[in-house]
Amino acid sequence: MSDNQFYDSLDELEPGHSTFLDSNELVLNMGPQHPSTHGVLRVILKLDGEKVNDLECVIGYLHRGIEKIAENRTWAQFGPFVDRLDYTAAVSNSLGYCLAVEKLLGVEVPKRAQYLRVILTELCRLASHQVWLGTHVLDIGAVTPLFYAFRDREDILNVFEKYCGARLTTHAFRIGGCRYDAYAGFAQEILHICDDLGPKIDEYRDLITGNRIWLQRTKNVGYISAEDCIAFGITGPVLRASAIQWDLRKKQPYSSYEDFEFDIPIGTAGDTFDRYVVRVEEMRQSIRIIRQAVEGLMEGPIIARVPKVIKPPVGEVYVSIEAPKGELGFFLVSDGTAQPYRVRVRPPSFINLQALTKMAKGSLVADVVAIIGTLDIVLGEVDR
Amino acid sequence: MIQYILQYLHSNVTPGEAGNLFWEVVYALLIFAGISVGVIFMNWFERKVMAHMQVRIGPMRVGPHGLLQPIADALKLIIKEDLMPANADKIVFWFAPVCVVMTAFCGFIVVPFGRTHAITDMNIGILFMLGVSSLGVLGVIMAGWASNSHYPLMGSLRSGAQMVSYEIAMSMTVVSAVMMTSMATGTGTLSMIGIVQAQMQQHTWFAFSFFPVGITALGVFSIAMVAETNRAPFDLPEAESELVAGFLTEYSGFRWSLFFLAEYASMMAVSAIATTLWLGGWLHPFPNLLSGKIWDTAFSLVPGMTFLALAVLCLFYYVRMPRIRAMRADALGLAGFGGVLGMIGVVMLLPGVRERIQDIYWFTLKAGFFMYLYIWYRTTFPRYRFDQLMKIGWKVLLPISIGVVILTALIGVRQELLALVWR
Repeated sequence: MSDNQFYDSLDELEPGHSTFLDSNELVLNMGPQHPSTHGVLRVILKLDGEKVNDLECVIGYLHRGIEKIAENRTWAQFGPFVDRLDYTAAVSNSLGYCLAVEKLLGVEVPKRAQYLRVILTELCRLASHQVWLGTHVLDIGAVTPLFYAFRDREDILNVFEKYCGARLTTHAFRIGGCRYDAYAGFAQEILHICDDLGPKIDEYRDLITGNRIWLQRTKNVGYISAEDCIAFGITGPVLRASAIQWDLRKKQPYSSYEDFEFDIPIGTAGDTFDRYVVRVEEMRQSIRIIRQAVEGLMEGPIIARVPKVIKPPVGEVYVSIEAPKGELGFFLVSDGTAQPYRVRVRPPSFINLQALTKMAKGSLVADVVAIIGTLDIVLGEVDR
Repeated sequence: MIQYILQYLHSNVTPGEAGNLFWEVVYALLIFAGISVGVIFMNWFERKVMAHMQVRIGPMRVGPHGLLQPIADALKLIIKEDLMPANADKIVFWFAPVCVVMTAFCGFIVVPFGRTHAITDMNIGILFMLGVSSLGVLGVIMAGWASNSHYPLMGSLRSGAQMVSYEIAMSMTVVSAVMMTSMATGTGTLSMIGIVQAQMQQHTWFAFSFFPVGITALGVFSIAMVAETNRAPFDLPEAESELVAGFLTEYSGFRWSLFFLAEYASMMAVSAIATTLWLGGWLHPFPNLLSGKIWDTAFSLVPGMTFLALAVLCLFYYVRMPRIRAMRADALGLAGFGGVLGMIGVVMLLPGVRERIQDIYWFTLKAGFFMYLYIWYRTTFPRYRFDQLMKIGWKVLLPISIGVVILTALIGVRQELLALVWR
């Protein structure tokens, strides 16, 4: 569809509120190159002055056909590709994919590998939330927290680098367990990060949470009700901020999450501020989990016995995990060969992004930016 | 001719009052150059302060501690291709930056850097200043309109609404300060120099007179002036995360740098207003308590000593620099810079010079305090939303400033009022 056709189809949408003096609506094209659309999201806004009468999301600018690529790779070869879905939380993607293939194979992962996976995945959740915090606050106009968040994320990336050599697209896990064992000084370094991060989260809080402007910009902005969340299939912190206690780590424990004590922070109002509070609280819970996992890390093998050439039995499987952005699911179909017949990813960002229109309609331009930030989308995952 | 030039040096008035055309031109050029250098320095200072607040170190490569970075940036902007959108309104697009710069610099005609250090002493000085600085919005709207693009248009509309609504609160607080000038003599004045002299006669800064009225007025003014100059947290017209660059989106190269120059010049202009009206302008601290021959000499030595201290700092860092070839140009540059500062410091210590120079020093120091606040706000606060901005302007600042005006008037005539009541 050409752009002209697209604008014509926009005109057929409902007219919205009657405009002041019947002045014409302004169609503003935000993105795909825009400072705060978090990559290449394109949003077409129909504005009446500052007010958003209607908006339309256009996605697909980062489509790389990752699901199709899987059909031409072996099961193990596809591992590194999932890191490129949500590139701020590569370890989580890796965990989801490996769990799905393991379920298809019927492989039991050794306990030590499960604990290692929990440690790295939770570290990854911390890193992902720090990227979200910095960029979200930057969208609302505060520059400084970005640098604080990225400074602290650096420590976590250093752990990844020492563990597997990569910082961003880590490919940390293998089917059946982990490729690398904990390096010397692993536990001390991670406990040190845990000790450090608590006061640093307090620092973010001092800088942001009580700020009058921050409160005015986020309270009652981008409200979404619990019913709407369920209807859209929204998961993760966005759902929990609307007062629904749903966390797959508790509800369908995987990779030994049942061994650890932690709370599911929930919000009440379902607005941008509550989502902020929920995510920051989640960071504290992640620290709790990491501390327990490091202290409980036992000796033992780190990878189960998996054949060199993986040929899962014919069948299909759906496995989902609680990624930093929500429920990340992998639906795999095997036809018994060394290559997947079909891989389908259930990306949390893509499904959460649906709520943008609902949340932003009737708000102001500045709120649209805040709402894109609060949904915490990664376009690599939306477009795949 | 030479006598014409020299005779002004013995007068105690501004060149405008003395009617000395030669010195008027010299002062105008000096102020233009001074403000431009000030903008360059502010650019470097802002980046450094922001960097250190944000756990970074900021520019370090071009010159010692990045001192030449703004000059390199300016050079880059000048040699960049001068882009003009095809559908732009050519004449308006060309004139907008000129208009903004002109209005931003015009205000400095009446800014008194000292009793004699102003181009002229206009009897409606503060009105002139407010009027000229509010013309700047015209250039912004022109820029937004002429760009023929959506983001600039929205940015300039925001800017227009914002500047107009904050101007009112700002002017109201100015009225309060002007009313205070009549306290000692019975006749008030709008002249910038007159306002400072009134503070000298009343032995106080207006920020502290009629406590807490004066300090409230200063508070309202210092919030309104941030909005007036489109700086964070009121930088909606150029809100980066929403409108890309607001009214500046289509501008590049030299035209963009003119907007940049004008933004900083108008920041300095409103800081100068705040200093003149509430912080005693060029007066040194505690002019009523610490006066007399010894104190006057002591205070007049401070500017020269400051420059000497900066020179010593530069030389100290020069000594500490690693003696390697790659750092040689940097080290020599830093030493040279220290030398220049030291020489300026020595000149400033000369009797005859130091009495005249110290006014400028105190004024710049006080105005610099407001400039630092600008940087501080920018690193700390998130940005307001448009409706919230309007709400603060009309529902919070305007009522407070009207209250300030009424209170000033009531306190000003309190004796007459009390006499009425007792009779």
